[in-house]
Amino acid sequence: MSARALINVPRKAKRGEVIEIKTLISHIMETGFRHGTTGELIPRDIITSFTCKYNGEEIFATQLYPAIAANPFVTFHTVATESGTLAFHWIGDNGFEMTEEAKIAVE
Amino acid sequence: MSTLALAEIPLDQRRSGYEQLSTASKAMQDDDTSNPGTLTVLDGEALWGRKVGDTGKSCADCHGDATTSMRGVSARYPAFSPAKGRPIDIEQRINLCRTEQQKAAPLAHESRDLLALTTFVGKQSRGMPVAVVNDEKTRPFIEAGQRSYRARQGQLNLSCQNCHDDHWGEKLAGVPLVQGHPNGYPLYRLEWQSIGSLQRRLRNCMIGMRAEPYAYGAEEYVALELFLMWRARGMTVETPAVRP
Repeated sequence: MSARALINVPRKAKRGEVIEIKTLISHIMETGFRHGTTGELIPRDIITSFTCKYNGEEIFATQLYPAIAANPFVTFHTVATESGTLAFHWIGDNGFEMTEEAKIAVE
Repeated sequence: MSTLALAEIPLDQRRSGYEQLSTASKAMQDDDTSNPGTLTVLDGEALWGRKVGDTGKSCADCHGDATTSMRGVSARYPAFSPAKGRPIDIEQRINLCRTEQQKAAPLAHESRDLLALTTFVGKQSRGMPVAVVNDEKTRPFIEAGQRSYRARQGQLNLSCQNCHDDHWGEKLAGVPLVQGHPNGYPLYRLEWQSIGSLQRRLRNCMIGMRAEPYAYGAEEYVALELFLMWRARGMTVETPAVRP
């Protein structure tokens, strides 16, 4: 089963309004520091970066590290400037990649 | 049932573990887009429509739309199975469907797929009251569950009751001690960083008491689950809940 992401973006906003964006993605975030039952090191498998673009312009970016819990929940704010698309992009170990989009109507 | 009425928390003093959550954890559970259990619900929704087994049937082929057909179902489990002659929990019910109707291999306990299906089915009862049946068929099992709830066990010589009836509201190792109601399972536990079943939680408590846990799916667990659901009768189903 592939990763799942949940995005919470207001569908409508007034121009200039500060909006909250919430994102949740399924990922085990294996730290790379743990040992399995037979003593071998469990290889690191984490999401390493997350970005959000608003109509092509990057408005939020963050790096993620092994201390971040499974299923990272990232929330941030932006100013609703124009109608369009918010594009979310997660990149991680072992070629992990996930994209999601959400539309917003600004009046 | 007079013996069952003894030494239990009065019905109006029962509290869901939700009430002892931090404000942040409550907010996490309340908003579906921040509740990590939602990811598992979505996995379950996908599995509901997937054709499996030799008969090539999906859950939806028999049960249709889960939002109507599964509404209230989890709130009634564990329920008596005439075929088995004993109560079975929702995990076993799903596996019965798999082996008998779909002619597929049963799913392992705590496997991603079984958790996804039980969480998806459980979500359909969210907001409904816990309503397990207490009749002449199930009563011996409720009483068996109650006996194991009250029995001291393990190297620490504790019973479930010692913590969850006598000391709820206090702290155990810095963490609020809850009454131990099963109304939010399967739930997302922050300590596990994943969703888990009630049996996983029971196993956790047993290891904590230095007792030997039963194997997943054991009749003793199902009886205990049934007793706990009866103890939580009328409380609101929160599946998928969030707990520390």
